[in-house]
Amino acid sequence: MASETPAETSTPGATAVACRGVGKVWAEGTARAHEALRDIDLDIAPGEFVAFLGPSGCGKSTLLYLIAGLEQATDGEIQSFGKAAASPSPDRSLIFQETSLFPWLTVWQNVSFGLSIRGDGLDQRKSVAREALQRVGLAEAMDKRPDELSGGMRQRVAVARALAMRPKVLLMDEPFAALDVQTRQKMQDFLIDVWRESGASVLFVTHHIDEAVALADRVVVFTARPGRIKTIVPVDLPRPRNLFSRECVALRLQLTDLLRDEVDRAFAEQEALAETV
Amino acid sequence: MSMAQPLSRVDAFKRKGGDQQPRPSIWSLLPERLRLALPRTGWALVSIGLFACLWELLWAFGVADPRLLPPPHIFLGNFPEQLKFFNTARRWQIGVGQNSGPSPVEALFYTIASSAMRVLVGLLIASILSIAVGVAIRYFRLVDRLVLPTITLLSPVSPIAWLPVAIFVFGIGNAPAIFMVVIALFFHMVLSTVNQIDGVNKNLINVARTMGATKMQLYGRVIIPAILPGLLVVLRLNLFGAWMVVLVAESTGVGYGLGQVIMMARNTFNPSLVFFTIALIGLLGFLSDWLMRLIQRRILYWVPQTTEVLNGL
Repeated sequence: MASETPAETSTPGATAVACRGVGKVWAEGTARAHEALRDIDLDIAPGEFVAFLGPSGCGKSTLLYLIAGLEQATDGEIQSFGKAAASPSPDRSLIFQETSLFPWLTVWQNVSFGLSIRGDGLDQRKSVAREALQRVGLAEAMDKRPDELSGGMRQRVAVARALAMRPKVLLMDEPFAALDVQTRQKMQDFLIDVWRESGASVLFVTHHIDEAVALADRVVVFTARPGRIKTIVPVDLPRPRNLFSRECVALRLQLTDLLRDEVDRAFAEQEALAETV
Repeated sequence: MSMAQPLSRVDAFKRKGGDQQPRPSIWSLLPERLRLALPRTGWALVSIGLFACLWELLWAFGVADPRLLPPPHIFLGNFPEQLKFFNTARRWQIGVGQNSGPSPVEALFYTIASSAMRVLVGLLIASILSIAVGVAIRYFRLVDRLVLPTITLLSPVSPIAWLPVAIFVFGIGNAPAIFMVVIALFFHMVLSTVNQIDGVNKNLINVARTMGATKMQLYGRVIIPAILPGLLVVLRLNLFGAWMVVLVAESTGVGYGLGQVIMMARNTFNPSLVFFTIALIGLLGFLSDWLMRLIQRRILYWVPQTTEVLNGL
């Protein structure tokens, strides 16, 4: 299923993330080698919100790590705004599923961690941290410690920490997966506000169909391992979206079908593997 | 904490129920810290008291021979008599008589201080050295390859085996005792440092990397703080090891100190003095552990306390 990518029309330097034939083999050259990703071609425009949807273990998080520059692709090439994304950069901030706040730092020190790495002064750090925390509605919690916050608040601090670096691309690896349903709902609304304000591109890994439909401009559906792009489903609906509107229900059904095939295949593969062992 | 502090839930319940006169107990007037610490101290005293009672009973029924296993009231009963023997510090000086030199209490203080100093200095040197080497092993590939195999090979060697080396190289005095502590702790603590580094949450490292941290910053700002809690636990566990090794080192003629007193008590067949010294060492070990816990809580304010969860089981 071919879907039009904006790559052909735009210049390479203006693409937020450009993947060309990206593949990743873990533990290459050893007996444990297994292929996580194959032939990924993907272009993400500046300010676009893209969701990665796929069965667990399909390599969607791996792609995120490759784009972040934390891991190296074994095939192909990834560029961000015309520059190779081979090493991590503050332009591409990553937000993890579990809390990744430094427990020994206060909230504001966590938020300004990147600035202190850069060597900014105390006043600068504090004012940027305050601003970023205001944007996520946690200005009151400046001097608290991470273990004094709830799970949702911690993820908001993590978002604030990413925003403090003024990233052009926000990479999110199932950031709300550990939260309860009500908090998750709130966080999705909150994320849309933050995304609009910051103007950054967002790459959002999830295995929740509803989450993808509620948030994304485009939903990239992955196949089971090795992960390839099965199809890209555009979601041209105004936000906030009512998940029970006719269009949304149709999209949810379509994505459910697409995903079911892949989950079935993943299970069949696992069973076959179990038999050979 | 003042009187304005809100009443505890139990007190509030009593008040609401109204079935009893609302009377603030003396208990709730105490500072919270003390209120929590008192029962624990009480139980500790009961525990020790039970042990002492058992011993006294065995003595009273004639099971424990007071010449071999003198009960607490005997070996703790005569302080001045016991303290006379702690004058080991000056015993070795030529021309000094048994009864001259420092007073018994001074001698006691001197003996305790010298043993404690050896433990402390040894712990300090061992922890600085081993953290430095452990971090270097993970920081530099070459150090890993050149140093780690030797350390792994030497770590199971009992510190007692190093005792002759300590005496050959450092002779008699503080140095060999401190050397013994360092050698007893160093190898384990290096391995445990490496272990802790390998166990640091990958997300924390990746966050710092995406923020553009250099390798140096990564180690200084993320890895070292992240491994501190585990290292302090290791240090606390090794504290007792340090006390043991110091006593062994002192008892083999390294000079003066509590180990020397024990050895002298053995040579002069003085079980009362042995038990007195054992009680002293136990008390010192307990105090230093308590001190370490205080330090731990002060430095590691962010580490959650899980004891309460276990108490609920």
